Amino acid sequence: MTSKKNRKWVAIGAVGIMVIAFGWLIYGGLDSNVVYFLTPKELAAKGEKGMDVPVRLGGQVKPGSVDWNDSTLVLRFAVTDGSSEIAVHSKGAPPQMFKDGMGVVVEGRYGRDGVFQSTSLMVKHSNEYKAPGKGEKPAEMYKSLMKGSGA
Amino acid sequence: MTRLIASDAIIIALLVTVLGAVLAPVAVRSGRRQWLSLTYAAVYTNFLLVTVSTLALVWALATHDFSISYVAQVGSRATPTFYTIISLWGALEGSIVFWAWVLAMYGAAVVWFNRKRAGNLVPYAAMTMLLVQTFFHILLVGPANPFHLVSPVPMDGPGPNPLLQNHILMGVHPPLLYLGYVGFAVPFAFAIGAMLAGEVNDGDWIRLTRRWTLVAWGFLSAAIIAGMWWSYEVLGWGGYWAWDPVENASFIPWLTATAYLHSVMVQERRGMLKLWNLNLMVGTFVLTILGTFLTRSGIISSVHAFTQGTIGYYFLAFIAVVLVATVALVAGNSEKLGSTGRLDAPLSREVAFLLNNLFLTVFMFTVLVGTLFPLIAEAARGVKVSVGEPFFNRMTLPMMVALLFLMGVGPALPWKRAAGPELKSKLLPGVIVGLLAGAFGIVAGARNPYAVLAFTFAGFAFTVNVGEFVSGARARVAALGESFLVALVRLVAANRRRYGGYVAHLGIVLVAVGVAASSTFKTEREATLKPGETVTLAGHTLRLKAAWGREEAQRSVIGATMELMDGDRVVDVIEPKMNYYPMSQQPVPTPQVRSSLRGDLYLNLMAFREDGSNVTVKVIWEPLVPWIWFGGMVIVLGALIGIWPTSRRGAAAVPQPQDATT
Repeated sequence: MTSKKNRKWVAIGAVGIMVIAFGWLIYGGLDSNVVYFLTPKELAAKGEKGMDVPVRLGGQVKPGSVDWNDSTLVLRFAVTDGSSEIAVHSKGAPPQMFKDGMGVVVEGRYGRDGVFQSTSLMVKHSNEYKAPGKGEKPAEMYKSLMKGSGA
Repeated sequence: MTRLIASDAIIIALLVTVLGAVLAPVAVRSGRRQWLSLTYAAVYTNFLLVTVSTLALVWALATHDFSISYVAQVGSRATPTFYTIISLWGALEGSIVFWAWVLAMYGAAVVWFNRKRAGNLVPYAAMTMLLVQTFFHILLVGPANPFHLVSPVPMDGPGPNPLLQNHILMGVHPPLLYLGYVGFAVPFAFAIGAMLAGEVNDGDWIRLTRRWTLVAWGFLSAAIIAGMWWSYEVLGWGGYWAWDPVENASFIPWLTATAYLHSVMVQERRGMLKLWNLNLMVGTFVLTILGTFLTRSGIISSVHAFTQGTIGYYFLAFIAVVLVATVALVAGNSEKLGSTGRLDAPLSREVAFLLNNLFLTVFMFTVLVGTLFPLIAEAARGVKVSVGEPFFNRMTLPMMVALLFLMGVGPALPWKRAAGPELKSKLLPGVIVGLLAGAFGIVAGARNPYAVLAFTFAGFAFTVNVGEFVSGARARVAALGESFLVALVRLVAANRRRYGGYVAHLGIVLVAVGVAASSTFKTEREATLKPGETVTLAGHTLRLKAAWGREEAQRSVIGATMELMDGDRVVDVIEPKMNYYPMSQQPVPTPQVRSSLRGDLYLNLMAFREDGSNVTVKVIWEPLVPWIWFGGMVIVLGALIGIWPTSRRGAAAVPQPQDATT
């Protein structure tokens, strides 16, 4: 009887230790791998603490700031939330609909040189259906392409 | 007219399910068992009514009846008929209709196959199925009602979400997922039924539901692989798994169900883990509901999450009810849930299964915490965070390689106690092949320790599992003088569940090798090309022939014709495209993949000059990715072998290899 009782307590103790160890591991994993979602203002306010850590930066593409070089594949633009703005460099072609004023989320690190090096760039769009807005005429783009390629 | 039929059928079905569910305990308690036939009739009637409603909605979609709110929301005259029909599951309300239909089908099938059984297990299980069904009917008359009247009737609709009408796999992945997800309601209903009937101890619920569990598991496995494939073929980023909350939602119940498929054998063989198995099955069901909550409540944003209002509270309330009821029932049955067997030795198949369950459960909790953490952080601390791939990779890779290792050890271990020399002869070939596979990985350039371990353990597990077939068949050849192939077929036929399991193991190994190779050796580059210019990646040279535009009925297409070169010779033509749907701002990328056994050449059109003078394409070389899809098919084959009924004649006529000795 006593040995049975003891075994039970040993089992409960073992499970308890495993749960604590597991919780500690998860906590450690989350603590060092969680990516904060910040606006330019929030990122600027973090100062040193916001530098060289993975961050998701969300805001609008500042009108007039986009500079896309299709031979070096470097894209430069600024993300703004109206009050602050942050310069972003990214490598690779922007999404086809990327343009001034559009909502974007860039993931990467804010460097000490004041430039946000982006590793991934997402155009923010809702799942709701929206008719193309002003200046977005896919059909016309395709027509000009047809003419251009002579197809 | 269609609207009224569809909507009234659900309202009547709601009444029928409530009545049928109430009748079951009354009949059992009062001893009027003839009333039970009314409960069973309610199950069949419900199936009929939900079928009528579902068909009516499909009919409305096919005939563009825009007076029905759901059709007005997802329909469009320009959409091809195939995508119009499958938009049944393209948005929230329709997907709940489809869910309710699958549940009604499972309910009817379960009652039909078990209606003649004595005892109270089946009546209570039928009641549980009806109560779950009631919940979905409440959703359909309440927050997810697809049958609102639209007035005035619009002339045309926006069509389905462009991402959902761009690939044929949208007709495959969702139904598989629902068949898997909803299928876990069956073992759940029997687990609850067994506790209500006080029959947990005889393990009947496990025998009655093990095939159903395997059916649901097979569908869910196929659905997860099909979902990966869809994401790979449609989203254009060249990956298949991103630890996205929605992917996790499908994966979390798969982990607990997989644990159950193993631990249930310990209960059947050794009379242990009764309480644990009960909890695994209830847990799997709750996790499917939680997954539905995550994907259907709009609480997280993704392709799958259809933003909606109050439906989330219904799901949370339902989960709470299920959990409270389960805890109460388990407490009431606690004396009957004790073990009748015990562990004999640390090196035995039981222990391998226990470790398998431990790793799978920890795995499940890790993914669950990572998935829910952003919600908790936002609710508790008001910060927006995301938990990305680094967390999941760091936390789960050790468990994945450990599980691969166990998959090789487990089949070689006998029940109760292992004998040294025999074990050595079974494991040695696997160890050799595993070490060779690991060495090959290092030579090929793998430096990540997890990748090397994955190759090693994959080689090990593959060899041991194949070895089980070979040694079993050889034993028959020696004993019965059959030819090797005949012996192999009869061996599998006589022990379908066991060898089906080993086939599934082989499928998992193929998936693991595909994942490890493609994530380790993937290379990619992006290039802006003028017509005639070339780009080279991993020994493949591609030349841009032309960029072009084309008008199709429901969309405009822009494409780039790329030629795969061998010297000056054109070997193949690959055409990545971008599709523009009229009602959407974003083009839908339509990458094109050229597959071979060695890997995929993946091309995605990233950008183009409007005059067609240049295009930017992304070229990705992804080794062994087709192995993942093939492995998925092997897993499904394994499940099919396990599900297939054993013919009594075959099973009785041949000597069964003894687990304790082989």
